[in-house]
Amino acid sequence: MAASATPLVLSILAEGENYGYAILKRIKELSDGALEWTDGMLYPLLHRLHRLGYVTTEWRTPDGGRRRRYYRITEDGRKALAEHKKQWEVITLTLSSVWDDRRDLASGMA
Amino acid sequence: MTDTVEARIGEWRDYVLKKTAILPDEVDELETHLREQIVDLESVGLSTDEAFLIAVGRIGAMDDLSGEFAREHSGRLWKQLIPTESAVKNDWMAAIGFAFGAAVVTQVARYAAGFPETQAPWLARNLAILILPFLAGYFAYRRGLSGRKILGLAIPFVVSAVLINLYPFSPGAAGDLFSRTLGSTELLVAVALPVALWFVVGYAYTGGDLSSRQRRMDFVRFTGEWVIYYTLIAIGGGVLLTITAGVLGPTGADAEAVINWVVGPGAAGAVVISAWLVETKQRVVENMAPVLTMIFTPLFAIMLAAAVVVYLVNGLGFDRDLLFVFDALLVVVLGLVLYGISAREPDPRPGWMDRVQLIVVVSALVLDLLVLGTMIARIGELGFTPNRTAALGLNLILLINLARSAWLAFRFQTGRSTFHLLERWQTSYLPVFAAWAAIVALAFPPLFGFI
Repeated sequence: MAASATPLVLSILAEGENYGYAILKRIKELSDGALEWTDGMLYPLLHRLHRLGYVTTEWRTPDGGRRRRYYRITEDGRKALAEHKKQWEVITLTLSSVWDDRRDLASGMA
Repeated sequence: MTDTVEARIGEWRDYVLKKTAILPDEVDELETHLREQIVDLESVGLSTDEAFLIAVGRIGAMDDLSGEFAREHSGRLWKQLIPTESAVKNDWMAAIGFAFGAAVVTQVARYAAGFPETQAPWLARNLAILILPFLAGYFAYRRGLSGRKILGLAIPFVVSAVLINLYPFSPGAAGDLFSRTLGSTELLVAVALPVALWFVVGYAYTGGDLSSRQRRMDFVRFTGEWVIYYTLIAIGGGVLLTITAGVLGPTGADAEAVINWVVGPGAAGAVVISAWLVETKQRVVENMAPVLTMIFTPLFAIMLAAAVVVYLVNGLGFDRDLLFVFDALLVVVLGLVLYGISAREPDPRPGWMDRVQLIVVVSALVLDLLVLGTMIARIGELGFTPNRTAALGLNLILLINLARSAWLAFRFQTGRSTFHLLERWQTSYLPVFAAWAAIVALAFPPLFGFI
């Protein structure tokens, strides 16, 4: 599974508690379908986040809905997410400056 | 949904439960996912059958998924191997070969040491070097270690073999209870070297990857299960030998000599055979081990708590023998705690077993403090000897481990921390034990002048 999976799932849970199927739908929707995983793989990831104490979980049946397992982000989870955010910002910045340099170089030579 | 799709979901569920490491609760979750997906696909115009097939396909290959889940059941990593088990080479012949090697080498060494009349002291300090390479070799073979890793594995054995046989140990005082003809530092080598080299075996067990916490935990679990199997084999062997003695008695044969001849190589070979059993008969131990920890952890909790109360109330001192007993007890307790942690089901909430374990840890901590107090007083009065220094170091190392374990376990129970921090602490601490054992075995003799 991609390295981006953990921050992605944590970010979606930071929007509010959610369950597996809806989390996947939300990821597809946010990425316009560009990011699509093998569905099942989400669940081991969620359980890992649970073991690490980043999310809490409970089985619940909402009114008129089916019984589902809901996940809710914890304080530790938010801290981990903040840490991930920092790392991704550094990576994005670095990558874009590398790519900008290339472009400058390319246009300078032209 | 129609009956046929219900039936298909039922079949799918049975298949997943039977063929993979995925637990029922996790299958429930996957099933709700499957159902939501089917409903969504139907709403865009697919037939129920089509929707079912696509939904199952999207969940992914069950073997891969099973592997991912198994990684999360901290204690169940081996289950990933189940689908490919038939592909694993049937290595019972290798196990018997290595066991036979250990047995033969031990027997030859016993004769060289003067068996059956006497037993030269060098045999005791060399036992680990004679037997454990076969265990390490078995794992190197089983894990298919590279040549470089095998070389790395051999170095500690060679270095310690050379050192402890070049050290000019002076013979111990005859008639001493623990040592007989072993000197103090020589006795320490005989006790600490097997421990240090056991961690070297761990290097082979983990396939040369000691940095992985999960692998380290696997090795802890392996150690616990190995002890269980070894004890079972020893009990079985004991029964067999007792009966043999009974049968041989009337024939006039010297039963004691026969038993003496068999016990040494048998005990050496059983080291490898137990490891092989742990590796191949995982399922059996898996059923047994949680039961054993469940029985013994509460018993130890009661015994330790009672000991703490008795010793605190009566203010009893510890003499030399009692200190020895308590040190052994503390090591066993730590082993139990470690094994309990490694065999724990991956439940994020604290259960009653966790509370019992906290009692064990706290009682052991108090006892350790009492022992340390006495020990420091003895050292102040009588000075440092190799034995006292080794024991003092061990107690300090245990104290730090137990104190932090108690703190982390307490935070976990009050919901302020997760269990995995406790797991992490224990796996990070393992090298400390290994290092102290190595220091006692290899550095103490020269430090204390080989007395």
